[in-house]
Amino acid sequence: MHMADALISPAVGGSLWVAAAGLIGYCSKKVRQDLDDRKIPLMGVIGAFIFAAQMINFTIPATGSSGHLGGGMILTILLGPHAAFLTMASVLTVQALFFADGGLLALGCNIFNLGFFPCFICYPLIYKAIVKDNPSSGSIMTGAVLSAILGLQMGAFSVVLETFFSGISALPFAAFVTLMLPIHLAIGLVEGFTTAAVVMFVWKSRPEIMMASHGTGHSMGKVLAGFAVAAVVVGGALSWFASSHPDGLEWAMFRTSGSEELAVPEKGIHSSLAVIQEKTAFLPGYGFKTAEPPAGEEPAEAWPAVNPGTSVSGLVGGLLTLCLAVLIGFVIKRRKASRT
Amino acid sequence: MTTIENNLFDIRTMDTLASGSTSLHRLDPRAKLITTLIFIGMVVSLGKYEISMMIPFVIYPVAMMVSADLPVLYLLKKILLVSPFAVLIGIFNPLMDTAPLVQIGFLTLSGGWISFFSILIRFVLTVSAALILICLTGFNGVCMALEKLKVPAPFVVQLLFLYRYLFVLIEEASRMIRARSLRSFDSGRMRFKVFVPLLGQLLLRTLDRAQRIHLAMCCRGFDGHVRISRPMTFGYKETGFILFWSLFFILARCYNLPVHIGNLVAKGF
Amino acid sequence: MSHHIVKADNLYYTYPDGTMGINGISFTITHGESVALVGANGAGKSTLLLHLNGCLTSTKGEIRIGDDPLTPKTLKAARRSLGMVFQDPDDQLFMPTVFDDVAFGPMNLGLPEQEVEERVARALETVGASHLKHRPPHKLSGGEKRAVAIATILAVSPDILVMDEPTSNLDPLSRKRLIRLLQSFEHTKIIATHDLDMALDVCERTIVLHKGTITADGPTLDIFNNEDLLLKSGLEKPLRMQKYNPIPLNKKKVHDHDHDHDHHHH
Repeated sequence: MHMADALISPAVGGSLWVAAAGLIGYCSKKVRQDLDDRKIPLMGVIGAFIFAAQMINFTIPATGSSGHLGGGMILTILLGPHAAFLTMASVLTVQALFFADGGLLALGCNIFNLGFFPCFICYPLIYKAIVKDNPSSGSIMTGAVLSAILGLQMGAFSVVLETFFSGISALPFAAFVTLMLPIHLAIGLVEGFTTAAVVMFVWKSRPEIMMASHGTGHSMGKVLAGFAVAAVVVGGALSWFASSHPDGLEWAMFRTSGSEELAVPEKGIHSSLAVIQEKTAFLPGYGFKTAEPPAGEEPAEAWPAVNPGTSVSGLVGGLLTLCLAVLIGFVIKRRKASRT
Repeated sequence: MTTIENNLFDIRTMDTLASGSTSLHRLDPRAKLITTLIFIGMVVSLGKYEISMMIPFVIYPVAMMVSADLPVLYLLKKILLVSPFAVLIGIFNPLMDTAPLVQIGFLTLSGGWISFFSILIRFVLTVSAALILICLTGFNGVCMALEKLKVPAPFVVQLLFLYRYLFVLIEEASRMIRARSLRSFDSGRMRFKVFVPLLGQLLLRTLDRAQRIHLAMCCRGFDGHVRISRPMTFGYKETGFILFWSLFFILARCYNLPVHIGNLVAKGF
Repeated sequence: MSHHIVKADNLYYTYPDGTMGINGISFTITHGESVALVGANGAGKSTLLLHLNGCLTSTKGEIRIGDDPLTPKTLKAARRSLGMVFQDPDDQLFMPTVFDDVAFGPMNLGLPEQEVEERVARALETVGASHLKHRPPHKLSGGEKRAVAIATILAVSPDILVMDEPTSNLDPLSRKRLIRLLQSFEHTKIIATHDLDMALDVCERTIVLHKGTITADGPTLDIFNNEDLLLKSGLEKPLRMQKYNPIPLNKKKVHDHDHDHDHHHH
């Protein structure tokens, strides 16, 4: 369910990074204000726990396939939304750097997809609403399962949107959705059960863990506001991108005239809501006209490649450049060897 | 070795690589981080049908790996290990996008195949950049760079603590798993019924450990602030490093270098 | 001078689940004494130590560090005079590098950077770990971790050193090095340990705990010579004081094995 750098465009990756960075900043501020300084070592160690736990595979009963714990909900139950978000972000960062899980640009997307939904939507709106102040086996199970399923669905859907709007993968929206969502329904079910089971196991010895996050009151308004901000950021970037700007995929920094640089974001902010509406109107029908402009732009870029002369040059030049790269490598190695 | 032990070994290996002493290792971590981000940004910004323009970018990871004595095969293996995901999603491209795009002699490649290869190259480039960053800088180094670059302190502290206790927890987990597997005579895969108590125990121990660490912190006067600032020098070498590579990346991004080289060669004949 | 007195007065402590942890303990430890705290597992050693630095609060009785009784208000000052080294060094070394860990205490005291550096250098040198200054804790061996953990406490210059099982999990050479180090300290030392041989080397006074009460409090050698007392408290003499009496192998089993072995050959 992790996004990969290879499938992301800078616009999508960049805007999701803005959202993720904003959330990190917000949660950092909240954690700093938290008077319970026990949270600081707790976040670190529980993050390490989740990291280790994700490496342990177990067989899912009745299917024989193996699964592992995601951890978003467990983190939020143990730490509260803000600390849990930071912890999840930190785990994903280590995975991106050491295991090449996705990549550094996609890290922003992953932090948002896997952190925002469990911590700020599922936990306050679903889990806490079900469990309230007197947890029981039944309520924990229901709360955890529903939260996990919905959280993963929203996360998976985000992955689809991000991939789709990046325009690198040719997988059609409908097909991708039909692929991702049912699979993540099953994953969500397993995640929910596992979360509930582990929480209940620990709860028997440490009832106070259920109390950990009760201090952080989370008003519905704040949550919706957060969601709205994220939607606007993403929507704004997408509209800029899907606008009839001739070089939709190019970065603004390559534009020579300053006026174009200024015009584009403005256009984005003004028309973002309209564009979102436009897009959502198309969603049910799966008839993606909006899919065309990005793809339509591509041939304009790719046309030079169709010119046989350029394509042969490209091939020859490409091979030569590769040889050059290897040669440079050897030269550097030789120089180092001769120096020592 | 089990998966978990392999992962631990992997992280330790990369951690050890980061403590090398080549001149690249000694560069300020901020320079390496910024250059890596620019690199990834440039690669990712190329259009979906670009292949030849991506090739010059290979020079950066190759140069880094060789200059810093990094084990090339090891890194290649790691990249290959994570490639299935990119392949899995990318493989739909040739299936969906069948309009022919390029003709080289008798070979006609559809747009889908071109974009598929583009995805693969893109993947190798971005992933190798991230791995090289860690092998050159080390995780602590990257965190210190982030702190200096104004990333909020609570997040950086969290990264550092996570990294510190990663090793402890993975070892604890692998000990528990080993103990279980030595006593179970089944296929070797953990049943859900066993997984839950195992994870639950691990979590309980983790909560205990958190408490002890907090005690240790309080006994040394902990007041809620973890001070991690460190003096770092950003000099000419660092500026030169960033400028050199950024200019190269911008050049490679704006001009199709392989095509130009190819044209030059063609003119020569 | 009275700063260095550690006094427990009729201490009682009950665990949250109702079991008795400390059942009426009183003692006075004066400046410069080295006291070993021995007892079987569950006797209450670790619990008592946690009372000394205020991590646990007694249900009855009081603790005095120096002139002042230990209360939430005097806690901070008390922790400056009394430094505790925990059993698991991984719990104590939580910063990215050794330097950061040893500097943690002095930095929290608000000392200027220059002084922090000096204290760290001195502390590391005392424990013989100067060469480990920039190493991350996960790359240290068990003995090195122990040494650095001690350094983290030394850096705040406490008058009283409290240690929980300092020689556990150490290889013989590291253990010897640690014993020599402890012998060189002039601080007041309170050491909870199973390692009775180390107690003999380092501590001139010993307090024996059994089921939350003190069964003996006096010169180490006298106590270790008292076999009855030791046995009643779930202990036995230090290895070096025991007569050479190796635990015999079960002779019958050995014979059977030989028999089978011969049988197999024919």
